[in-house]
Amino acid sequence: MQLTNEEREMLEGKQGNAVKKSMEILVALGEIYNAEKLVDIASVQIAGVSYSNLGDAGLGYLAELAKDGKVKVLTTLNPAGMDLENREALGIDEEFAKKQKMVIDSFAQMGVTVTCTCTPYFIGNKPEQDSHVAWSESSAVAYCNSVLGARTNREGGPSALASALTGKTPLYGMHLDENRNAKVKVIVEAEIKDTFRFGALGKVIGDKIKNKPAYITGIKEASVEELKSFGASIATYGGAAIYHMEGITPNKTPIPTESITVTQEEIDNAIKELTDDCEVDFVSVGCPHCSLKEIEYLAKLLEGKKVVKEFWITAARPIKKQAEEKGLVKIIEDAGAKFACDTCCVVAPIKGRFECLATDSAKGCYYGAAKNKFKVKIMSIENLVEEACKEVKG
Amino acid sequence: MKFEGRIIAKGTAEGEVLYTAEGISFFGGVDPDTGIVAESGHPLEGICITGKILVFPQGKGSTVGSYALYRMKKQGTAPLALINKDCETIVAVGAIISEIPCIDKIDIEQLKDAKTAKVNADEGTIEVE
Repeated sequence: MQLTNEEREMLEGKQGNAVKKSMEILVALGEIYNAEKLVDIASVQIAGVSYSNLGDAGLGYLAELAKDGKVKVLTTLNPAGMDLENREALGIDEEFAKKQKMVIDSFAQMGVTVTCTCTPYFIGNKPEQDSHVAWSESSAVAYCNSVLGARTNREGGPSALASALTGKTPLYGMHLDENRNAKVKVIVEAEIKDTFRFGALGKVIGDKIKNKPAYITGIKEASVEELKSFGASIATYGGAAIYHMEGITPNKTPIPTESITVTQEEIDNAIKELTDDCEVDFVSVGCPHCSLKEIEYLAKLLEGKKVVKEFWITAARPIKKQAEEKGLVKIIEDAGAKFACDTCCVVAPIKGRFECLATDSAKGCYYGAAKNKFKVKIMSIENLVEEACKEVKG
Repeated sequence: MKFEGRIIAKGTAEGEVLYTAEGISFFGGVDPDTGIVAESGHPLEGICITGKILVFPQGKGSTVGSYALYRMKKQGTAPLALINKDCETIVAVGAIISEIPCIDKIDIEQLKDAKTAKVNADEGTIEVE
């Protein structure tokens, strides 16, 4: 890989230890994937924030880099294991909270904007089309490549942090046109509307074609929220970093000759697969984190009602603040639902606290089952509110 | 016998060889506290990778695996060195941040019956008795 003189000096340690370590990571990745060179990036999204995944060792690694590392570009942060300002209401223990705060402090010391959201594109980290970035968080990666048209590989936590501390990423994979082009045409012969059906579509396509870039036809319209749900799901079930939706997403691609069809029956079956036989005791909306529009809609549905089950609405803190200013938070909290910022039902340490999760997110269902061992039920937001207000049987 | 590969993370190590033809997931697939492979059905299930020259085709699973390797190194449960057929992001990043010597582009099948090995990841070479 070709390095500039400045990059070589960074690798030799002339800009300090954090930059040296970061360059070692980026150069090794560049060599592995035959990158020709490093490119400058516009922004970074970092995953690997929850203390339950990092442990004390991960915390130590971050503290070591924070000694002399400073981010060189706008860098935002994925959700953590808890709401940083509302621990008790969500039942997170104190020791965990202390360690989680130390993780956040290390990132803050490096100049990271400690947003703790998986939807950085709602709060100002919204790169321009064709700009190079280094993002982790698979749902954000899918949104960034497909909907914004910016270019990122599926970074892991440490490689994204390395890019933040150097302002660079190796030029390979999703940064190059040939890898972004669609490989399979997906003809959707089903009516897809609402976030939960878009999630089911993501599961069907992901299960079928894995991480190959899809060129999807047959979708008449899709809101930002529906695309957010779809991208999270296709990335979870298939591992895709990019997709193309005819008439909806901005990237140009040749249309592949290989094609598959998705039928209404397959969508219905996917929804059935994500619907266990269980009594719901936990309702969660906001995987990925809610937009203001989703909160407005939830407030409309919840106004004057009373929920009788644990109900979390997860969103970025600045989005909650906007909702507060519009009086929406009060309506929602008066109905007994809770806001959880900085975290979500996937990364919070809630294994064992609930048995049956209801959500509109296919991604939430996957991790609810795999990580937290919950039974799951996927449904529309309207049905979730109804479910949350329904008295428990017996 | 001497093998030459590509340097992923520098350093040297000498020890007992542990070989598997299956990929390894360091997040979820190995218990970081004991170094014992936990993935059900894995050929190394129940076997401890701590202090071994671990020979496997490549990493797999969650990218949190890089931090898991680092965690094992700090706790003293990590392998001595990592030898891959084709190293991928998770193991490469994990080896670099943990300072575990790592070499790839090795025809690992030839190490299948090796007892001990000397790994020189500064030069990219492996010597097998």
